[in-house]
Amino acid sequence: MQQLAEATTAGQDTLLDIQNLTLSLRDEWGWVEVLNNVSLSVKPKEILGVVGESGCGKSMTALSILRLLPPRDSRLGGKIMFGGQNLVSCPESQMNRIRGRHISMIFQEPMSALDPVFTVGYQIEETLRRHFRLDRKEAAERAVEALDSVGIASPRHVATLYPMNLSGGMRQRVMIAMALVCEPRLLIADEPTTALDVTIQAQIMDLLLGLADRTGTAIMFITHNLGLVAQSCHRMVTMYAGQVVESGPVKDVIAGPRHPYTAGLLHSIPDSNRARGTLPSIAGRVPSLRHMPEGCRFGPRCTYSVQPCELSQSIENLGRREVRCNRWEELELRRIEA
Amino acid sequence: MSGSASPVPMALQAEDLHVSFGNARRGSLIRAVDGVSFSVRKGEIFGVIGESGSGKSTLGRCLVGLLTPSGGGVRHGGIDPFRFSRRELNRHRRKYQIVSQDPNAAFDPRMTILQSVCEPLNIAGEGTRAERREKAFEMLDRVALSPEMANRYPHEISGGQKQRANIARALMLDPNVIVCDEVVAALDVSIQADMLNLFARLQEQFGLTYVFISHDLRVVSHISDCVAVMYFGKIVEVGPAHAVMEAPLHPYTEALRSAEPEITPAGADARSRIILQGEIPSAVSPPGGCRFHTRCPRVRDVCRIQEPQQRELLPGRHVACHFAEEMLVEQERKGLSAGRNRVQDMASATQALT
Repeated sequence: MQQLAEATTAGQDTLLDIQNLTLSLRDEWGWVEVLNNVSLSVKPKEILGVVGESGCGKSMTALSILRLLPPRDSRLGGKIMFGGQNLVSCPESQMNRIRGRHISMIFQEPMSALDPVFTVGYQIEETLRRHFRLDRKEAAERAVEALDSVGIASPRHVATLYPMNLSGGMRQRVMIAMALVCEPRLLIADEPTTALDVTIQAQIMDLLLGLADRTGTAIMFITHNLGLVAQSCHRMVTMYAGQVVESGPVKDVIAGPRHPYTAGLLHSIPDSNRARGTLPSIAGRVPSLRHMPEGCRFGPRCTYSVQPCELSQSIENLGRREVRCNRWEELELRRIEA
Repeated sequence: MSGSASPVPMALQAEDLHVSFGNARRGSLIRAVDGVSFSVRKGEIFGVIGESGSGKSTLGRCLVGLLTPSGGGVRHGGIDPFRFSRRELNRHRRKYQIVSQDPNAAFDPRMTILQSVCEPLNIAGEGTRAERREKAFEMLDRVALSPEMANRYPHEISGGQKQRANIARALMLDPNVIVCDEVVAALDVSIQADMLNLFARLQEQFGLTYVFISHDLRVVSHISDCVAVMYFGKIVEVGPAHAVMEAPLHPYTEALRSAEPEITPAGADARSRIILQGEIPSAVSPPGGCRFHTRCPRVRDVCRIQEPQQRELLPGRHVACHFAEEMLVEQERKGLSAGRNRVQDMASATQALT
C-alpha cells in the first residue's frame, strides 16, 4: 500500500479529469442546479475518497461520470475527460462501451442493483459478453473465476443462485466480482459498505483494495465514513452543497483540515480515545437546492462565519491541496487528536 | 449477577432471559436471545453492541414487554411485568418506552407531528386536550424542535427532525426507561453527534435510564456507562464501557474494535487489524461449543466442544471465553507499551505543530 501511494504521487498523468462540472436536474417545479463547478481528478491506481453529508452531490458526481441520469431531465456542463474523450458530450454508443468495461460502479444497496430474476452467474456473464467476444461457456467459466476471486467459497454453486439466496455481504461480493470482471481502469464505489456490519465491512474493504491493487484499477470511493477514508485512500475530496470545498492528501487533510466543514465532520465523530462529553456537532443541515445561501454555502452553519463570508468563495489552489474558504489562513482549525 | 444488597436500585434486570421464535418440532426453532443476564442501575446508560442477527433488537423489544420471554425473566425495578394481565401490562408498559431505528416507519403519514406526539397521552387517557397539547409542545421544545414543526406532516421534515419527534413522543408518558434501538444509525455523522448530545442532556434533565442498542462501537462507547457485547443471542462480554473498549477480553470484542476504522493520520499503519472471516452462522443450527468458534482468530480444540462459562475477571467485567485470562495478561502487557506509544504520538504532534 505504501509503495502504491508513492508510485501514484510520482505519476503526473491523470486518469479522470473533471473540470467545472455543473449539473442541473428538472423536477415538477423546474430546473435546479445540483452540482456547481465541480473539479476533481483521479490518477491511475489512485484511491480517491469523496466525503460529505447526504445531499452534498457525491452520488450525483458519480452518476454524471457514467451519465446514468435521465436524459431529458438533466443538463450537464463542463468537462469530464477520460481516456482522451469528454464524457459529457460523447455519444451514447460510446458511453455503452465505457460503462462496465473501463469505468464500473458499485452501488450502496446490492439488492436493488442485482436483478432478482436472473442468477448471479448469469448477470456476471452478461457483463462479459457485452464487452468481449466470448461464447456462453467461456463467459460462464470467467464468471465462476470472478466469484472465486472475491473469496466466495463454492463459486460454481453460488453462480447458480439468485440474489435473494445470498446474505448482504455475499451480494456485495458478487457486485464487486461483476464490477471488476472486465478489469476496468476506474471503479466508482458509492457507499459500498454502508449497509453492512462492521466486521463484514472490514472484509469487503480488504477485498476491494486487494483486488484493485492487483488489477491496477483506480477507485473513486464515495462515503460518509471518514474512518474508512483515513484508512484506505490516498487523497480525499470534501463536497458540500454541490461544490468541492476541500481536497488534498488524506494524511494532510486529517492532520490539519483547512475548511471548517471538513473539520466539523472530523470532530463530530465519537472517539473512544477522547473523553466523554458533548460532541462538537455542525448545527443545521445541508441547504436545500432551491434555497442556496448567498456567498459561502457553508456560511449559515459555520462557527467562524463573518461579514466577508457573504461574498462568493472561490476554490483556492495551494499546490497539492485546495480549499474553498477565504479565511482558511486566519483559522487555526484544531487537528484531530491522535 | 451482582449481590442483592446493592445500594443503587436496579431499574431493569434480565435474568437468564430466553426469547425464541419458530417451532422446535419442525426444526425451525430460533433462539434469538439465549440466556442473557444483566442489571441496569437507575440513571445508567447501558449499551448493547452486536452485528445484525445477534439478537440485540429482540432483546430490546423483550425488555420493554413487547415480546414475551420463552424462559427466564425481566424485572422492572423488582417487578416481573409478564405476571400482569394484558390490561395491566399495557398500563405498566407506559413507563418503558422504545425508540426504533427507522423514523420514517414510526410516524403515521396522515397525522401531523403534533398529533403523533400527543397520541400516547390520548391512548393513556391522561389530561385534557389542551394539557396534552401543552405537554407535546414542551417535549418538542426539549428535543429542540421549533413549534412550527408541530403542524407539519412527517414527509415535510428531515430524518433527524423525525427522530427528534420520535424521542419527544417517547418522553410524553414520563418513562423510567427508554430502549433506543439503533436510533442514530440512519443519520449523517454531524446529525448523529447532535442526537447523542441530546440523549445525554435529556438523561440529566429527566434522570432517565437508557438501554442503547447499536452496531456502532464508537456511538455506544461514547454514550454508555456500561456495555454488553452480544454474539448470536448471548452476551460474550459485559463491563464498564471505557474498560471494555480500551482492553477487550473477548476475541469478538477485540475484532469489532479492530474492524472500526480509526481516524488518525497514522491510524491504518499503527494497529494490526483483525479481519474476521465468514459471517454470523445460520440461526437454526448454531455451532456447538463456543458459538464464536467458526470465526474466532484464537480458536482452539476446546472451543469446538465446550461452551465457555461466563465469569467475572475484573470487578464488574464478565467474559465468556476460554482464553479470557490469557487475554487479560496480554492486555496488561500491551497496556504498558500503549502508554509509551501515546507519549510518542504526542511528541510527534507537537513537532508537527511547530
